[in-house]
Amino acid sequence: MSLNPFETVVEQVDTSPKVADEVKKTTCYMCACRCGIDVHLQDGKVRYIQGNKDHPINKGVLCAKGSAGIMQHYSPARLTKPLKRVGKRGSSEFQEIEWDEALETAAKWLGDIRKTDPRKLAFFTGRDQSQSLTGWWASQFGTPNHAAHGGFCSVNMAAAGLYTIGGSFWEFGEPDWEHAEYFMMFGVAEDHDSNPIKAGLGTLKTRGAKFVSVNPVQTGYSAIADEWIGIRPGTDGLLIMALIHELLQADKIDLDYLVRYTNAPWLVIRDEGAGDHGLFARDADGHPLANDRKSGKLVSALDAEIQPIMVGETTLPDGREVVPAFQLMVERYLSEEYAPDAVAERCGVPADTIRRLAAELAHAAFEKEIALDVEWTDWAGRKHDKMIGRPVAMHAMRGISAHSNGFHTCRALHILQMILGTIDVPGGFRYKPPFPKPTPPPLKPVGRSDQVNPETPMPGPPLGFPMGPEDLLVEADGTPSRIDKAFSWEAPISAHGMMQMVIHNAWKGDPYSIDTLFLFMANMSWNSSMNAAGTIEMLTDTDEATGEYKIPRIIYSDAYFSEMVAYADLILPDTTYLERWDCISLLDRPICDANGAADSIRQPVVAPDRDVRPFQEVLIELGHRLGLPGLTNEDGSAKYPGGYSDYIANHERAPGIGPLAGFRGPNGDKDGKGEANPDQLQAYIDNGCFWRHEFAPSERYYKHANKGYLEKAVQLGFIGHANPIIHQLYVEPLQKFRLAADGHGDVVPPEDYRERISTNFDPLPFWFAPLEETAVDTDEFPMHALTQRPAAMYHSWGSQNAWLRQLHGRNWLYMNRERGQTMGLETGDWVWVTSHHGRIKVQLKLMAGVNADTVWTWNAIGKRKGAWNLAPNAPESEKGFLLNHIISETLPETALGRRHANADPITGQAAWFDVRVRIERASEDQPGETSEPQFPTLKPVSTTARPRGPLRYGAEFKHQNPNEPVGGDD
Amino acid sequence: MTSLPQNASTKKLGLVIDLDICVGCHACAVNCKEWNSGGHSAPMTDWNAYSGEQTTNGDDDGAWGVWFNRVHAFEAGSGEDARTIYFPRSCLHCEEPACVTVCPTGASYKRAEDGIVLVNADICIGCKLCSWACAYGAREYDQTDGVMKKCTLCVDRIYNENLEEVDRVPACVSTCPATARHFGDLGDPNSEVSKLVESRGGYQLMPELDYKPVNRYLPPRPRRKGIGDTGGAAALEPAKTNDNDQAADGLGNKLLAWVDAALSR
Repeated sequence: MSLNPFETVVEQVDTSPKVADEVKKTTCYMCACRCGIDVHLQDGKVRYIQGNKDHPINKGVLCAKGSAGIMQHYSPARLTKPLKRVGKRGSSEFQEIEWDEALETAAKWLGDIRKTDPRKLAFFTGRDQSQSLTGWWASQFGTPNHAAHGGFCSVNMAAAGLYTIGGSFWEFGEPDWEHAEYFMMFGVAEDHDSNPIKAGLGTLKTRGAKFVSVNPVQTGYSAIADEWIGIRPGTDGLLIMALIHELLQADKIDLDYLVRYTNAPWLVIRDEGAGDHGLFARDADGHPLANDRKSGKLVSALDAEIQPIMVGETTLPDGREVVPAFQLMVERYLSEEYAPDAVAERCGVPADTIRRLAAELAHAAFEKEIALDVEWTDWAGRKHDKMIGRPVAMHAMRGISAHSNGFHTCRALHILQMILGTIDVPGGFRYKPPFPKPTPPPLKPVGRSDQVNPETPMPGPPLGFPMGPEDLLVEADGTPSRIDKAFSWEAPISAHGMMQMVIHNAWKGDPYSIDTLFLFMANMSWNSSMNAAGTIEMLTDTDEATGEYKIPRIIYSDAYFSEMVAYADLILPDTTYLERWDCISLLDRPICDANGAADSIRQPVVAPDRDVRPFQEVLIELGHRLGLPGLTNEDGSAKYPGGYSDYIANHERAPGIGPLAGFRGPNGDKDGKGEANPDQLQAYIDNGCFWRHEFAPSERYYKHANKGYLEKAVQLGFIGHANPIIHQLYVEPLQKFRLAADGHGDVVPPEDYRERISTNFDPLPFWFAPLEETAVDTDEFPMHALTQRPAAMYHSWGSQNAWLRQLHGRNWLYMNRERGQTMGLETGDWVWVTSHHGRIKVQLKLMAGVNADTVWTWNAIGKRKGAWNLAPNAPESEKGFLLNHIISETLPETALGRRHANADPITGQAAWFDVRVRIERASEDQPGETSEPQFPTLKPVSTTARPRGPLRYGAEFKHQNPNEPVGGDD
Repeated sequence: MTSLPQNASTKKLGLVIDLDICVGCHACAVNCKEWNSGGHSAPMTDWNAYSGEQTTNGDDDGAWGVWFNRVHAFEAGSGEDARTIYFPRSCLHCEEPACVTVCPTGASYKRAEDGIVLVNADICIGCKLCSWACAYGAREYDQTDGVMKKCTLCVDRIYNENLEEVDRVPACVSTCPATARHFGDLGDPNSEVSKLVESRGGYQLMPELDYKPVNRYLPPRPRRKGIGDTGGAAALEPAKTNDNDQAADGLGNKLLAWVDAALSR
């Protein structure tokens, strides 16, 4: 008996509809993860984007960002035409121009600079996935003033890792998800790399391993941790050093590992006041010395068959005293200042918890030792029948990186890994090829004025790894050679440059004035700058005498109407990621995994419907117009007339080495090195748009000392020779800077830098309070303030995406519930957040899972009114906000009147997370209240149209309803 | 008013969602939206897609739209025991769905062959009774189309012969980076998903309402943060010196422990 009067109506469900006319593979660009994607096209439009199941990064999965790619591709914020500024800077008054005029203008500006003083071009790129091209282009142009965004991103992790273990966390290494029994993660939000970490955590937890997350905020990955350590920001180093203290105290360390794979046994000269104090004692060949127990002699520490002593003073033939680096390390961390009881309060982590964590680490490392039945041969040719593993893995990222003490903190973490014997062993942290590389890679930065000449490429790259003061980019009088002061005494090891200081320094004319600032995909007038409001003033400030802008010319390339567009004089509109060629190169930031080396391409899957061009295409064209030798034949014709794709396939950086490592050689059958293959891109397309070389099981661990791996890495062109890569527990180059600060050598820091250098360039990690904390009154600013980006937006370019902004359409300031209640604050209250630099008014939410002394918010949700072609009433600008306004790019003035960068004094890493604040109620709730500061609404520029009425994307794909109205420009 | 199928098969297709490893990344929600934007119930209409007018649902987040799958974040406990839990929510394809029986037109129905609850848009009058009846908030009204929409369990995907067999799972399952989502026949006690539910203590949402939801959630595993939970001790014992079996104190004594170590490179 049926109650249904309509029971005869049976829906005919089409369970097998056609999904696509065509599926094209390419690479995602919704964040830095660079997953493989299958783009389903129907009627020439994007119907569906799916993860590529064969791809080494994502193995078929796709995150929220990648799945929202359709809305990025069809975003109404897309620029449509080259623009030249006609109103005042910031007015966003532009005139549309043709590409010819745009390119001619840029070529004229840049050509004049190149003919006179190439340094007057500052070329900085933001979310650049073609850094091997842009860096090389800058070098060809002849300017040292180039970097990507690493300085304000995570150079601390890269620099600390590369100088210490020749690799890094980041996307350059990964935990052994399959074998780890204990996993500690420090300061990681979505971060590098997105999908592999999620997949790995799923695997790890399902296997039953313990996961500890050290993070002031309990969201995302921290939410599924077995144990959340809600640490006080900036104190991770103390916690790590206390763990080291406990392990040393109990002798729970892997001495064999330290002897075999680290410089722990190397002998350090103890001769206080001498010019070689703290350096390694070396033999006539320059090899470091060890004291061999077997022979009773001083021998080269690089020899294989020795038994070095680890503790005890030795006297060199010349009478100087030497001591193993290991002993210095033990002396440092056994000190009571690093005992759990001494650090607990400062870290906000109970001493008992620290002691238990140390015991758990030791238990996992030494009681759960694993052995894989895989034979391998070490660097000295000795065969081993097993791969022994200590199943403790670590991963760390921005949370320890974005502090002024981040370099040492990251180094301390690597030392913790070393003493547990858990780097590139089964169950531990694993290098992703092409890492490990020598510590650090043998590449020096170039850019002193004697290396910069008109109409001449520089003799090397603008970025690299200084080994001592002689490698700095400073002039004879100590003045920085670069506009961002990277590789100067301000931040000697700023391996990724200091993009966050470019606008400030260029505006100030310190160390010199520039002519043109050329930016790509870097939102420097908004969420990518500290002191965003001040940056806007600098971008628009004029010279009183001439009325000219202090930064005379700004060229900007972006696919979207970001806030930065309004501050440029010439706009070169870029394409979306589905409309372009690209290469994800091993010369740049690879997409490898611990078992294999890989690279990939983007191919255009849809044609642009606007007058836009891929930025890299434009750069190659500009290079040819400027006559850059690498892009121009001797007869003046273009070297790569086919543009970027031509360059990708045919450019050789060194003989046999090009942007892509796969399918090289005339027959496309060579891996790594080989002649250029004109059909290389088709080979990639046929292979799913990527290439991967898988290493044999015997090559997959101990890569730093594994003969099979090292020789294969040489063959593939990753490293120059197959010597073992020795972990630098003690980093000698740091001591060289310190000696210079003590007055030794030819290149010494200016007087007022000496103490700073001498203190901070300690060859063993130490903890110091974040610099802002020591420069402000912490009673006045009792709290820490942090940002993170939500998983659904991490690294995505523009949260204006119609789907993603429904997940995060505005941000709130989050505060510990108990702390808030103590202060009489409630969810929904408007509060002032005040730092030494400024204040913002924002709306509060209380939550349980945050360190009691910390407030935090989602970053880059706040938008300027009118930008991104959002309506001015968008919640992103009405209620959303940036913490950037209260973070200064400089520290408070020193007693000597210098304003140092708000950065790590070693690497120049922007210290975003050092900021101290106080919180005060702003007012009673008022309807319609908005966040502060607010800025004038940006006028629209030439973009695609914003749909009026509902957005009904996809309705057109329902073939059974051909007359379905389609939303959009109705 | 609408009857449930009379001769239903034993097949109960549904999802099993692992709350132990869901990191709340929204991948499932967005990929669902993307697939279904061109799927059986297309479009997944969005309002205020690029603006911020007050919304009719009382939310001030500006843009809003039709989503078949939403991820919520909850907090549980406080202080040391505070936990953040991510909770993806979509139609549970109940065995006794009140949203179907309440439907006055027969638009809302449960398929006999696999138990999927669907809406026949051609005869839906948009009365919203089903959304009142659904205790799980799984129904999504498209005010532009004037019809109710909901999770179809990707009915246009799981049987789709135009897709590779491995892709014939709901979009949310195929895209989940953490493998926190599983799809299968919960009516078959021997299916992978049934075994997973069995082994992990998978549970129904609000079983007391007796709608008999088919989807199951796997609870978070017990957190191991107590002493000995992973086998380690409360703290490490200080190392003994070689000489007298006393705990080594003082730096000099500590160093002695390593003086005689014979170690080969």
